Amino acid sequence: MQAQLQAILEESKKALEAATTVAETEETRIKVLGKKGSLTGILKSMGQLSPEERKELGQAANQVRAEIEALLAETVNHLKEKEKEARFAAEAIDVTEPGKEYKLGVKHPLTITMEEVSKVFKSMGFSLTEGPEVETVFNNFDALNAGPYHPSRDMTDTFYINEDVILRTQTSPVQVRTLLRQQPPIRVFAPGRVFRCDTPDATHSPMFHQVEGLVVDEGITMADLKGVLDSFAKQMFGSETRTKFRPHHFPFTEPSAEMDVSCFKCGGKGCRVCKGSGWIEILGCGMVHPNVLKVGGIDTEKYTGFAFGLGVERVAMLKYGIDDIRLFYENDMRFIEQFK
Amino acid sequence: MIVSLEWLKDYAEVNVDPVEFCDRMIMSGSNLETMETVGVDMEKVVVGKIVKIEKHPDADKLVVCKLDVGQEELVQIVTGAPNVFEGAYVPVALDGSRIPGPIHGQPKQEGGVEIKAGKLRGVESFGMLCSFEELGFTDKVVPVNQKEGIWILGGEYPLGMDFAEALELKDNIIDFEITPNRPDCLSMIGMAREAAATFETKFDYPETACKKEEGQASDYIDVEVKSDLCKRYIARIVKDVKVEDSPWWLQRRLIHAGMRPINNIVDITNFVMLEYGQPLHAFDIKSVAGNKIVVDTAEEGEKFTTLDGTERTLDDMMLMIHDAEKSIAVAGVMGGLNSEIEADTNTIVVESANFVGNSVRTTAKRLGLRTEASSRYEKGIDPNLCKAAADRVCYLIELIGAGTVVGGSVDVYPVVEEAKTVHGRVSRINNVLGIELTREQMVKYFESLEMKVEGEGDDMYVSAPTVRQDVEIEEDLIEEVARLYGYDKLPVTIPKGNNEASQSYERDIKDFAREVMCSLGANEVQTYSFVSPKGVDNIRIEEDSWERAFVQILNPLGEDTSVMRTVLMPNMLEVLGRNYSRNRDAVRAFEIGNTFMVNFLDEKALPVEADAMSIGFYGKDEDFFTLKGAIVELLTKLGIKDIEFIAEKEYGAFHPGRCARIAAPARTITPNGVEYELVELGIMGEVHPDVAEKYGLGGTRAYVAELMFNVATEMADTEKVFKPLPKYPATSRDIALVVDEAMTVGEIEKVIKTAGGKILRDVKLFDVYRGPQVGENKKSVAFALTYRHDEKTLTDEDVQTAQNQVLAALEKELGLTLRDN
Repeated sequence: MQAQLQAILEESKKALEAATTVAETEETRIKVLGKKGSLTGILKSMGQLSPEERKELGQAANQVRAEIEALLAETVNHLKEKEKEARFAAEAIDVTEPGKEYKLGVKHPLTITMEEVSKVFKSMGFSLTEGPEVETVFNNFDALNAGPYHPSRDMTDTFYINEDVILRTQTSPVQVRTLLRQQPPIRVFAPGRVFRCDTPDATHSPMFHQVEGLVVDEGITMADLKGVLDSFAKQMFGSETRTKFRPHHFPFTEPSAEMDVSCFKCGGKGCRVCKGSGWIEILGCGMVHPNVLKVGGIDTEKYTGFAFGLGVERVAMLKYGIDDIRLFYENDMRFIEQFK
Repeated sequence: MIVSLEWLKDYAEVNVDPVEFCDRMIMSGSNLETMETVGVDMEKVVVGKIVKIEKHPDADKLVVCKLDVGQEELVQIVTGAPNVFEGAYVPVALDGSRIPGPIHGQPKQEGGVEIKAGKLRGVESFGMLCSFEELGFTDKVVPVNQKEGIWILGGEYPLGMDFAEALELKDNIIDFEITPNRPDCLSMIGMAREAAATFETKFDYPETACKKEEGQASDYIDVEVKSDLCKRYIARIVKDVKVEDSPWWLQRRLIHAGMRPINNIVDITNFVMLEYGQPLHAFDIKSVAGNKIVVDTAEEGEKFTTLDGTERTLDDMMLMIHDAEKSIAVAGVMGGLNSEIEADTNTIVVESANFVGNSVRTTAKRLGLRTEASSRYEKGIDPNLCKAAADRVCYLIELIGAGTVVGGSVDVYPVVEEAKTVHGRVSRINNVLGIELTREQMVKYFESLEMKVEGEGDDMYVSAPTVRQDVEIEEDLIEEVARLYGYDKLPVTIPKGNNEASQSYERDIKDFAREVMCSLGANEVQTYSFVSPKGVDNIRIEEDSWERAFVQILNPLGEDTSVMRTVLMPNMLEVLGRNYSRNRDAVRAFEIGNTFMVNFLDEKALPVEADAMSIGFYGKDEDFFTLKGAIVELLTKLGIKDIEFIAEKEYGAFHPGRCARIAAPARTITPNGVEYELVELGIMGEVHPDVAEKYGLGGTRAYVAELMFNVATEMADTEKVFKPLPKYPATSRDIALVVDEAMTVGEIEKVIKTAGGKILRDVKLFDVYRGPQVGENKKSVAFALTYRHDEKTLTDEDVQTAQNQVLAALEKELGLTLRDN
């Protein structure tokens, strides 16, 4: 019997060593340890033996059983690992193949630029307000101190709907609407579309976008105007940006200025973008003309204010290096998707 | 305003280099357009004298010149210029010289042209005789009689001298941008005044007093002003006039200012116009009938031939200069051919007049004739300039010996323009600028601009010279102080007080919708607010439909941009078509923008503007339902519930079998409580093939929606309310029905939802099948119904009861029974 046990052990070892699948080990388990297995048979037949023999053989059989079970477990584990390895090898993928495409849409570059501008002015406490694209001549010109003979009122410059109604040529009429609606303190900005009789070419468009700003309060100074717009320039074009305010003229501000920013391409050394000057003209601004404040019934002795307006296309073109304004309105997806 | 820096130095001291000059002028308010140094782009070009001219042995059109260029030996140069003669002083480009060019008949080259000795038809030539253009002058400034051939100098110059030096060509030409409030700066004197104030240097007016005058102007001419469109009219007389070329210094000034020298009299009037900004005109007194000038408006329909030889038709609003019999000039615009100065002119009338700017502007516009003079009058000129300008013309004529000046003038000046006095306060000026200047500093600024200051303490009474018509109120004084102090020196502060930034709800919704559309894979487009009226024809909109109620532009650039858009769809189709034609295989796009409609309540009032949204898809993965799904997701995100799609067969833009009106119930509060009314939000569908064809989309199916975004905004509800997660499990039951093809899933769903009661939480279509098993013109539709109760676990009986109600309703209302399989 002892010899039989040894033979079973040897045979099991051999079988398990030879096994290449978990199923084969299971066969061995059934053949040896199953109900009708060879070791089970020996254990069952032990009833016929004497207690001493039974004890001795029992111990030996249990040892063999334990040994086989351990070997079995080890073999199964090993084979399972091997099977996993094989599966992994078979399932390996080329991770350099492209991912599944998820396509998010892209906002129009003008929207992106306006949002950036909006973010900056909102951070300085400016509220967003809007006005209609079709405006009265009064709001667009008269109330803004551009008298009946102002050349910009010509039909060669302004689109007319009838003698009193036009397509606004600037976002400044929103200043008038704000002054008529609200008493100081006022701190608003107004993005929107404007229209001028310009035949489209690389730098002109009969429709474009502006952002207007208006601040009216007690004690507002031209130094405040400089502070707000300098801060805008730094937030918009980078903290290194310097600004230069030059005297200029607009009917609705006095004194008036144009603001240049140091060229963000060359930093002010002079390049193609700034035409060698190191400066780029970015917006018009000034202290609100008393005639404009009076339209809103505002006490010009008590209150002062400043206003500004900038061209969104111009900012976007400079920022992104776009060389033709017409691209904004062609809406070629290859253009828009560059602003992802 | 083109400023020759050398010329400006005749009136104001300039002690800085041209770059610093420009920089500081910019900061005091004269913005720079361009600055160019001229007369520095030629090398080895010298003054020469033609000593001998011989015929070229082998070429009829060439001659061989021997030139004295101040060297021991004469230089031989072959030229084809027709105007050479022995004794002429000419510019000579020697062997190895460089001229700016272009050489006659060749394109202009960067860096100029090098001239080398060579043979012309076998004869050696050691250089070139140059024309104005070859020396870099543009055609429009070349003197009238120097247009053909080489430049023949009008005087004697040291032979062999550097040409640019001899003719004092070196200058800095600065083009300043003059703002419309400063017409006084459209003159050399005006710019010199600005320069002197900017650099705190001396400023001198030019000399105007003649040395010798003979007789009295009033003996020669009589002036009558009959219209108040003429503010002032001065006539002066010059006799024994010799019309000839101007001296070079005068020609050079004009050339550097961009004007063509013509003859001495015309050149002087132009020169003084540039000096003072006052247009001047000279008539031949022979052509002034009755020796009388009458300023009055024209006869309606009168014909008149201007100096440029064009016959023009006048109207009775146009101001004219007449003599005793006829019209001789359009006031402030252009003289007549009938009174032109000619070579035999002996006595001239110098007109220095002031006409109302708007009148000149209207006349020039109606005649389509904008001249240097008219554009100056338009901008407004000080009538007090007339006298000095007329005197200056006479002074210069005497100076160059072109005539004898007659004493006195005829001056009609009914209402004398007086200087205005403006009250300004030192404290106010400082407060607005955020600075603390003393009164003395401010007074110094004003005085540097020739303004007089009176008053004391805080009060300043400032009178500006009448050329400064822009100085009217205290703010104008603030500007003068600010610009001379320097905008760059003003402090930089942040306004006191604060404000919560806000924006309208409508704007919030718009911003949000943009984000949603982008996350649905759509790119945003922006198209013109004005469109072609043909767009609505292209999308087959019916004749009397509201989409045709266009707001029309009176003066559009073209038909393509002649009306304001009522819908966005045509623009969207154009965008899709353009991308398709550029081989883009798939597009998802959207636009949010204004639409415009005539205000029928008051057609004179502003039109009604409303936000609209268009969405357009095409590509192999797109169909009606991808677009519908996107719309449902968008509207759901906006908090709009129970969206319905109602089949629409009549809308011309769409495939009649693939089009739906989009609607949702809007909550209204009525006296009877809350009511829901179905409100239309827009329309969507597959683009009709005929429409697709029009937009170049014939090769693909495209899907487009037009939403009334303003309505969606009103119905939007972005408030989020938390609902507890379900505590009790849900039970799902499926229903499969065989129905007629014509029956819509929407109808069936509605019946199921109503019948299922409170515990029916969701109905989802999960399958539609067509095929032989269900028969022709039939389809099988399968729904998954989800039942759930908030407070208990549903029993089978609970669910079955509800399910039976659903089945009963389907049978009763739609005649449907379960598909047996």
